[in-house]
Amino acid sequence: MPAIEPGVSTNQLTGKAVTGPAQKLPLPHATAAQEEADRLMTLCNSCRYCEGICAVFPAMELRRDFYDADLNYLANLCHSCGACFHDCQFSPPHKFDVNVPVTLAEVRANSYAQYAWPKPLAGLFQRNGLAISIIAALSVAIFVGGFAAWRDPAVFLGVHTGPGAFYKLMPHKTMALIFGAAFLYAILALTFSIRSFWRDIGGGAANAGSLWQAIKDAGSLRYLDGGGAGCMNEDDQPADNRRMYHHLTFYGFLLCFAATSVATLWHYLLGREAPYPWWDLPVVLGTIGGIGLLIGPAGLMAEKLKRDPQIRDDARFGMETAFLAMLFLTSLTGLLLLVLRATSMMGPLLAIHLGVVFALFVTLPYGKFVHGLYRFVALMRYAQESRH
Amino acid sequence: MADLTRKYDVLVIGGGNAALCAAISAAHNGAAVLVLEAAPKFWRGGNTRHTRNMRCAHDSATDTLTGPYPEEELFYDLWRVTGGEMDEELARHMIHESKDMLHWIVRQGVRFQPPLGGTLSLGRTNSFFLGGGRAMLNALYRTAEGLGVAIEYDAEVTDLDIREGMFLSATIMRDGKPLVIRAESLVAACGGFESNFDWMAEFWGPAAHNFLCRGTKWNQGSILRKLIASGVQQIGDPTQCHAVAIDARAPKYDGGIITRLDCVIFGIVVNRNAVRFYDEGEDIWPKRYAIWGRLVAQQPDQIAYIVFDSDVLESFMPSCFPPVKANSIAELAEAFELDPAVLEKTVAGFNAAVQPGTFDHTILDDCRTDGIEPPKTHWARRIEKAPFYAYPVRPGITFTYLGTRVNKQARMIMQDGKPAANMFAAGEIMAGNVLGKGYAAGIGMTIGSVFGKIAGEEAAKNASRKNTG
Ligand SMILES: Cc1cc2nc3c(=O)[nH]c(=O)nc-3n(C[C@H](O)[C@H](O)[C@H](O)COP(=O)(O)OP(=O)(O)OC[C@H]3O[C@@H](n4cnc5c(N)ncnc54)[C@H](O)[C@@H]3O)c2cc1C
Ligand code: SF4
Ligand code: SF4
Repeated sequence: MPAIEPGVSTNQLTGKAVTGPAQKLPLPHATAAQEEADRLMTLCNSCRYCEGICAVFPAMELRRDFYDADLNYLANLCHSCGACFHDCQFSPPHKFDVNVPVTLAEVRANSYAQYAWPKPLAGLFQRNGLAISIIAALSVAIFVGGFAAWRDPAVFLGVHTGPGAFYKLMPHKTMALIFGAAFLYAILALTFSIRSFWRDIGGGAANAGSLWQAIKDAGSLRYLDGGGAGCMNEDDQPADNRRMYHHLTFYGFLLCFAATSVATLWHYLLGREAPYPWWDLPVVLGTIGGIGLLIGPAGLMAEKLKRDPQIRDDARFGMETAFLAMLFLTSLTGLLLLVLRATSMMGPLLAIHLGVVFALFVTLPYGKFVHGLYRFVALMRYAQESRH
Repeated sequence: MADLTRKYDVLVIGGGNAALCAAISAAHNGAAVLVLEAAPKFWRGGNTRHTRNMRCAHDSATDTLTGPYPEEELFYDLWRVTGGEMDEELARHMIHESKDMLHWIVRQGVRFQPPLGGTLSLGRTNSFFLGGGRAMLNALYRTAEGLGVAIEYDAEVTDLDIREGMFLSATIMRDGKPLVIRAESLVAACGGFESNFDWMAEFWGPAAHNFLCRGTKWNQGSILRKLIASGVQQIGDPTQCHAVAIDARAPKYDGGIITRLDCVIFGIVVNRNAVRFYDEGEDIWPKRYAIWGRLVAQQPDQIAYIVFDSDVLESFMPSCFPPVKANSIAELAEAFELDPAVLEKTVAGFNAAVQPGTFDHTILDDCRTDGIEPPKTHWARRIEKAPFYAYPVRPGITFTYLGTRVNKQARMIMQDGKPAANMFAAGEIMAGNVLGKGYAAGIGMTIGSVFGKIAGEEAAKNASRKNTG
């Protein structure tokens, strides 16, 4: 009989026997996750049943060979809605063992480290949950310790009200300098990494059309809907909870960001100093956004815990939890500060809040936050290439 | 866990498209329904898991269909592929009902997608399931559960008690013991016998054991056999099955759509004696697709090799396995333990016979051979640019034609011509009524949905007449 056994094929480069559908004439890959992603994309490309569910499959169909950059691109298009897992006739226990969401989640997470700037800090993605916790704890400790050391207890634990109350604890200039620098650093590091991702996946000059398409697709989380029925998180029952909580988180974040920006304008243009009265725009924006940032991350966390173990990406649990916790804490400490700012708790709370926000800023380029930018850029690339 | 001790109005055997449509429509008609599915939950749904589309008539374009497909045209298509081997009245009835099915099935939660990439050629006639057959099944199961249909997995029906055309009970195994399940009416929707190689060996001899089954391993046909033995009239050629050439490396069962190979036109096909045996350029898709399974089945060891070169490597839809690659024809032969000298001679002889022409794989072009037997009458181009490639292929069985005769109510007809008292059939198990031979993409799902819905309705009515009368 011929040397071909059912279910076994030969890897053309290595000569190794491979069980189940093998790599097509395989390309060398940097990681095992990419090797598996190549196997899956090759397999899916000969099936294509999922082509109507999300952007990953149509983008896959534009290719026959999957280089590392292609896989990083496809991985960042995936929103982990889980639909293709439950819809797939070859998902485990079928021996073809097709699990697109989990494989792409791993490739996606690796891509954040691959493009991180500066390179030596890529290691922060390794045990991200731990790294972020340590940075956050240190940051809070330094702010609290700093306040306590520089201000005598009467000021630190005193009651301050009216405009400029915060600046009794830390001069506005110092605050602006520290946070301006942290923020600028984050922007810089993010720009460098996103730029190398964009170049690697072959993105050319961005045009207005694809930019607008990506804004719409990302802003509505178009591809988190399992092709229309809803994301399949817990089981094959579609639900839209993750999308709702993500919207609360994302738009909550934007509102808080808007609150800070308005406050900066108030300060420099109108000469009005924080804290502002409750009806003032920065406070209104910050409060609404802050509530979103409490419910959203808490909801996402709950959904994560309920997620079907077969499509859960356990290795990224730390990274995701850390980011959700940072958002939640930023909002919680901010809102507490608002409520208790007229009491003697204002000093310690301000220190804690500033510590959390500082940690959030400096870790933005090295945590789950980056997923939004990578996904946005991938969607923009998709809009570009699907126009042709 | 379903309550297996009570008596149900309707018992549905099977868990695929036909079974679920029957269960849902029976429940809509007020029946207490039990579905017995032989497979465990993950594998539920038989060959329906592997499907992608259905072919229903429609009078105008929709957001997922590019144009109208009138009843008459669908009937003509079906007539053509079957060569008229069908119950014409029943086929027309099905086609008429198929129009409504497009809407009914959507109401049961099934979603369609507009045709994209690889499926454009069927975009007018066929409706594509968003996410494929398993997504479609998941929706039907959710709907059935929502309607209170009881579903039992790992519940292969091993026996039926039928007295004079009257179904009394079915038997499944529980805890190693037979368990008898009673219902007023029966819907048999448990597919054909394509998973049963021993049965196929009755017609094909030992060769059948070298076939691969493209779908589920649960369609053993034992219920079909039992029904026929109990006096139900059979229909469809018992010796025939639909087979295509699939990658020989596919698993014995459930290789599904991704193991198919439709690239014979781009090269030559040799058997294990390294010689050609049929005109690779005879016909265009889908006809050629369906003949190659049978052709390979007739070759020694039921295996063949599609040989082609680097020029055409990227000309066709990739399969899930890589082609085997070699730097020379002799090396390629060795990879499969074929005789290198003979394969070299076959290729050289073929190359020498190729006539000049303009290649176009979308039409019957003028690239042909001259002076060899068998000829390649279209798309013949020399195989000369290294590296060379080959796919090993075997017959992959899609479905069988033997079934139970039914009438317009999907009610089984007994050998004496009388309708059965309380037995109905839907799907592949009765497909032979309207599809005596051949195949038109998507018609399997249409047969299952349309007759499933009818069978469920009629079985429910049957049971309620029984209950009130
Ligand atoms: C790879 C592939 C692709 C296909 N693509 C298409 C397509 O795109 N469009 C199309 O129209 N057709 C397609 N077909 C054909 C299609 O799959 C069948 O026509 C269709 O599935 C028949 O539906 P059914 O419900 O009658 O049987 P099935 O879907 O096969 O369901 C039979 C059910 O009965 C169960 N069963 C069997 N025996 C027993 C028993 N003794 N007790 C209890 N349960 C039992 C099985 O477990 C299964 O759940 C394809 C087939 C294959 C193999
Ligand atoms: S995930 Fe499964 S069903 Fe979807 S395209 Fe891939 S192989 Fe096909
Ligand atoms: S977005 Fe959803 S359907 Fe698309 S690849 Fe990711 S998990 Fe699969």
